[in-house]
Amino acid sequence: MSSKVYAGTEVSVNDEGFFTDPRQWREDMAAEIAHEAGVGDLTGRHWQVINFMRTEFAQKGTGPTVRALGKSSGVSVKELYQLFPKGPAKLAARIAGIPKPRGCI
Amino acid sequence: MTRRIVILGGGTGGTLAANRLQRALAGECEITVVDRDDDHVYQPGLLFVPFGLAHQEDLVRSRGRQLHDGIAYRDCGVDHVDVEANKVHLTGGAELDYDVLVVATGARLVPEETEGLTGAGWMSKVFSFYDLKGATALARALRDFEGGRVVVNVVDMPIKCPVAPLEFCFLADWYFQERGIRDQVRLTYVTPLDGAFTKPVASRALARMLQEKGIELVTEFNTGEVDGAAGKLISFDEREVEFDLAVVVPAHGGAECVERSRGLGDALGFVPTDEHTLQSKVRDNVFVIGDAAAIPVSKAGSVTHFEGEVLVRNVVRYLAGGELDASFDGHTNCFIESGFGKAVLIDFNYDTEPLPGHYPSAVGLPLLKESRLNHLGKLMFGWLYWHSLLPGRDLPGVSTAMPLAGKRFELR
Repeated sequence: MSSKVYAGTEVSVNDEGFFTDPRQWREDMAAEIAHEAGVGDLTGRHWQVINFMRTEFAQKGTGPTVRALGKSSGVSVKELYQLFPKGPAKLAARIAGIPKPRGCI
Repeated sequence: MTRRIVILGGGTGGTLAANRLQRALAGECEITVVDRDDDHVYQPGLLFVPFGLAHQEDLVRSRGRQLHDGIAYRDCGVDHVDVEANKVHLTGGAELDYDVLVVATGARLVPEETEGLTGAGWMSKVFSFYDLKGATALARALRDFEGGRVVVNVVDMPIKCPVAPLEFCFLADWYFQERGIRDQVRLTYVTPLDGAFTKPVASRALARMLQEKGIELVTEFNTGEVDGAAGKLISFDEREVEFDLAVVVPAHGGAECVERSRGLGDALGFVPTDEHTLQSKVRDNVFVIGDAAAIPVSKAGSVTHFEGEVLVRNVVRYLAGGELDASFDGHTNCFIESGFGKAVLIDFNYDTEPLPGHYPSAVGLPLLKESRLNHLGKLMFGWLYWHSLLPGRDLPGVSTAMPLAGKRFELR
């Protein structure tokens, strides 16, 4: 575990850069995390996914998988890969300040 | 007043739950199992069908006949469950009221969710061996195959028996060697995971086995499209893998009757469930066993068997108004067939990844290592399935909780 500074505030993250305490996250940190993760500037579509991830996490204690995102977030799996290249569920979770979605086994 | 337990699904979980509940509550409860057909398929056998090592008639038995006397069996589809009214609505309009519902509806293949998968080439050069029809058709295609590029692809997790596609690779390597055409076949395993398997120690061991057998490994490949006509898999991030024959494990979802039941399933149709008590998070009187549950375990018969004891204890306690037992530890035990009459055994739970050593204790079957003994274990399991596991008996030497003895924790 280590720490990072986003938007002038120190937060705890794990080795892969995921927040260990989602309560430390603030909206104004997202843009910096996104740049660091190689996602670039955040658009309204990105925010739709980020907000959905936050809500799901608050309700269920874990972020959704890509397929669940594609079914429920209002953004198709294809577009999710355009918005968050490589790994939408992982990248969006990191930017949303929630733990890495618990991988299915 | 006699209480009513309705069990949706007469597969592995529903059958063993019914038989165990009947023994625990004989005379106190009416138990009804509902399923839409009477074909209970021994699913671990599907792996062997494409290689001519098992046939349809060996794998299918009557669902109703696996249930003990006193358990009612309804051969009927389920339209939906009304969890607010504690009522199951059957296809055709009949209704079943329940005091406790056990959801054992398993997982369903959803190949239509992947673009092109069921289009051109489906069942002629693109197959799945996860059902009898696909496995049987693939057997014919493999018999006629003279060489070229074979890909084995997992579209998305979760899937039933996550080791089965690896086993398919190992058996294909063996099969083509037996036929004397292995040097004409390029064999590739294409997975959405970042390694051969989910857990690090086993992932490394299995990747090494793939390498030794000359099977290529492509990781982090999220299949977006299967183009059967052009013979290629295309990932969402636009990578391509070409094939002459594709063996695809389609995405899985929960049962349609769960999807049609308001408030019962999650986005994929699996039922949110407490991973230690197996009580659903939907309603206190709804319990879940096997692949239907959204819990972080493999969707596998061994898990379902280990869940049986805790599930039944908790249904009994719930009916008696007692506190539930939160002891299910995620125990999973898989024989991984590796070809040439050998197999690898892995044993793990929520907290302990598959490790080398021996099972169930320092003396026993070798873990995470190829051996003939494990292959015999896998074959013997077919008999145990029908005669011990489904009747709801404990298997000799096999405990519900994962044994720590025999595992080499220093090798983590």
